[in-house]
Amino acid sequence: MSGEVSGARPGGRLPVTVIGGYLGTGKTTLVNRLLRAADGRRLAVLVNDFGATPIDRDLIVSSSGDTLEISGGCVCCSYGSDLMDTLMTLPEQRPDIERVVLETSGVALPGMVASAVTLLPAYRIDGIVVMADVETVRTMADDAYLDDTITRQLAAADLVIANRCDLVNETSLQETLAWLATQSPAARILPATRAEIAPDLLLGLRDGAAPRRSATLTTPGAPDAASLYDSLELDVPETVDITELGRRLSAPGTGVLRAKGILNHAALHVVGRRFEIDAAPAGAKSGRLVVIGLRSRLDRRAVEQAVQPSLSTSLRSD
Amino acid sequence: MTLSPITIFRARRILTMNPARPEATHVAVRDGRILGAGPLEELAGWGNYTLDERFADKVLMPGFVEGHSHAAEGTFWRYTYLGRFDRMDPEGKVWKGAESIEDVVTRLQEAERTLASPTEVLAGWGLDPIYYGDRRVVRADFDRVSTTRAIGVMHASGHIFNVNTRALELAGLLRPGVNHPGIPLGPDGLPTGELKGPEAMTIVGAHVGFDREALANDEEGLKRFAKLCVRQGVTTATDLANLLPDDAVSMMARVTGEASFPVRIVSFRRFQALTPEQVVDIAVKLKAKSTDRLRLGAIKLFVDGSIQGFSARLRWPGYYNGAPNGLWYTPPEAISGLYKLALQKGVLVHSHTNGDQATEMALDCLEGALLDQPARDHRFTLQHCQLADAAQFRRMARLGMCANLFPNHHFYWGDQHYETTVGPERAMRMNACATALASGVPLAIHSDAPVTPLGPIFTAWCAVNRLTASGRTLGTSEAISVADALRTITLGAAWTLRLDGEVGSIECGKRADFAVLEDDPLEIAPDKLKDVRIWGTVQGGRPFPANGV
Repeated sequence: MSGEVSGARPGGRLPVTVIGGYLGTGKTTLVNRLLRAADGRRLAVLVNDFGATPIDRDLIVSSSGDTLEISGGCVCCSYGSDLMDTLMTLPEQRPDIERVVLETSGVALPGMVASAVTLLPAYRIDGIVVMADVETVRTMADDAYLDDTITRQLAAADLVIANRCDLVNETSLQETLAWLATQSPAARILPATRAEIAPDLLLGLRDGAAPRRSATLTTPGAPDAASLYDSLELDVPETVDITELGRRLSAPGTGVLRAKGILNHAALHVVGRRFEIDAAPAGAKSGRLVVIGLRSRLDRRAVEQAVQPSLSTSLRSD
Repeated sequence: MTLSPITIFRARRILTMNPARPEATHVAVRDGRILGAGPLEELAGWGNYTLDERFADKVLMPGFVEGHSHAAEGTFWRYTYLGRFDRMDPEGKVWKGAESIEDVVTRLQEAERTLASPTEVLAGWGLDPIYYGDRRVVRADFDRVSTTRAIGVMHASGHIFNVNTRALELAGLLRPGVNHPGIPLGPDGLPTGELKGPEAMTIVGAHVGFDREALANDEEGLKRFAKLCVRQGVTTATDLANLLPDDAVSMMARVTGEASFPVRIVSFRRFQALTPEQVVDIAVKLKAKSTDRLRLGAIKLFVDGSIQGFSARLRWPGYYNGAPNGLWYTPPEAISGLYKLALQKGVLVHSHTNGDQATEMALDCLEGALLDQPARDHRFTLQHCQLADAAQFRRMARLGMCANLFPNHHFYWGDQHYETTVGPERAMRMNACATALASGVPLAIHSDAPVTPLGPIFTAWCAVNRLTASGRTLGTSEAISVADALRTITLGAAWTLRLDGEVGSIECGKRADFAVLEDDPLEIAPDKLKDVRIWGTVQGGRPFPANGV
């Protein structure tokens, strides 16, 4: 949670979104979806291997060895057993990159991968996202070989994408969501179908801008697509303690999936139950907070109270 | 057409591993292959010959086959050796084992004095602080050697680095707030200089001379590895996990093809970052590039990690000290897919399984693959397979699997396994060579060089005696006879590589590959087997004295 940026690039540390989850949970679909939704953001998407995570052909501009150039200025690399090497050389090779999406192999533990990424001063962990297939996740968690791998993956999540909700009935879905909440006590659970989630949740909110239409779902046929997410944009008084703000927004029950605030040259990034404070980008407008949550879950009152400086004193005792 | 000349070597004794003629006094060689082994008058029937008496007082065995080693041992000798036990380098110099941390520091100081530039890195390998009591090695120890140059020392296990303060600085790790299970912090909140696990090691590796580029495609390293093979009587050695990029394959083909190159290298393509279809396709193409002394086309798969690194997958009840279970390195779907496709294409797969749960999963995957793709003679081999129990060996036999066990572990880490990792009962069962043989599992044994020193005779001694470094005997019921041990380091290992028709015994038609010994391994006391002196080798009919390489 330190605001130090030693050894970082001039633009601040590169945010890394770790995407974990077992085979068949929808990671490939999600990765392709994020590449499609990059919308001008220059992403480096790192995947274990292109065989397991095929990138949609129409996205590929050119390929050379382990690297694919993606339309819109993104790049996609397969790292195999060389993740650290890939991360160490990336900032030099691709100084234009703004954000890293790191897909882990199906049996990797995303918490351990994230812990390794934090050893590199050029990066900060933005969030650990773990995909779960609601139809199979509980069976997998009972598998004699994979049981602890699945539960350790889930336990490290900041956000769990409970995918394939269309494949189970409502009773089963509610049971599985409740089970996921016990497995990932520190995470927000996000139900989804075909990995359809608001890309801004994972790719970050734009500096000084309210979430645009891309924060809502536009896929035809998805139920209540446009009304799934709620977003709030608030002024934050300069007297608010940014660490305290992060703590409140990421607390249980607020329903905050992602938030970004700029305050006194510091930037607050909240992803589910994780928050990080980093240097604010030059020229970013101070005193603003943007929050996204599920419409049914976002506690607007809690968010509004979180930006009250008076409360920051009275709540300090908790 | 005239036939090539015949050389008949006379020896004190020739142990052939051919049950029809287990011993002989002479062996006839033509074109690098064996015409026959037997009495001179019998061999004379092949025609004119030159009698070579240089081995008249030596014992010949089939050239040893090291079924699990890495050519990286040749590369590591460019660094300073800091292990606890005496170890011979490729030039034949024996480096004394370091008896204390003080000893380690002194050696680094000596090596440091030979460096000209004040910033040149200093690298070492083989460190094993478990022999120095509870005190950890910390950066202050190596700061006594230098504060201006980065110093990095790899542990014997290959899983840990110790570095000095300068190396931490260069790696960006000399800062408070480092939060990683593999990086212990000192009372000052800064890393102590110990870095465990591949990620933490990679970050400092590049700053202390262990970067990937230095380790890949190392021509000098391959030549040094070959010298070690000669010194240990090895004529066929595996390089068991190589990514085999084109430039490395070209280099290896050129170097192994040199007239004086003394060993056959069997290099396996590592399965990673690829689909089963891709890796099998690569293996098939590599196989076509094989030569006599460079064999390609097999695949190495990692199922789990290591026992002493607590990354091996164990079945219930898990680690003795309560550590959480280890890591899967490959998903079961990928293992099953690879096995099935490799069976279909006739590609050999060796699978690294250390923990018994990893072994169980490999067995399950192969059983399923064989139902889809029956294969009569696949020779798929479990490498290390250290914790397999009797039921698993019976399953392996039924599925046609081979085992290449790791008895050297008993000597170097047996006490640690007994006390910490798996506890007494499983430590005594580890590397169950006797059970493997009794179950009918084709057996090899290995060094995993550079993890432990290359040396099949030493490995055989470990399998026969099962002693630990502290003198504890771990599981006498799993000890095997000298004769069985000698078979595993020749025909046994050759079988797992599908080379038993070419090497592994001294009989008509096979390669003229011999280990040339000064002492008779069947006469020396079994507890002295490791002391058998080695003259060198004959490989493809070409004599290579150890003192001449």
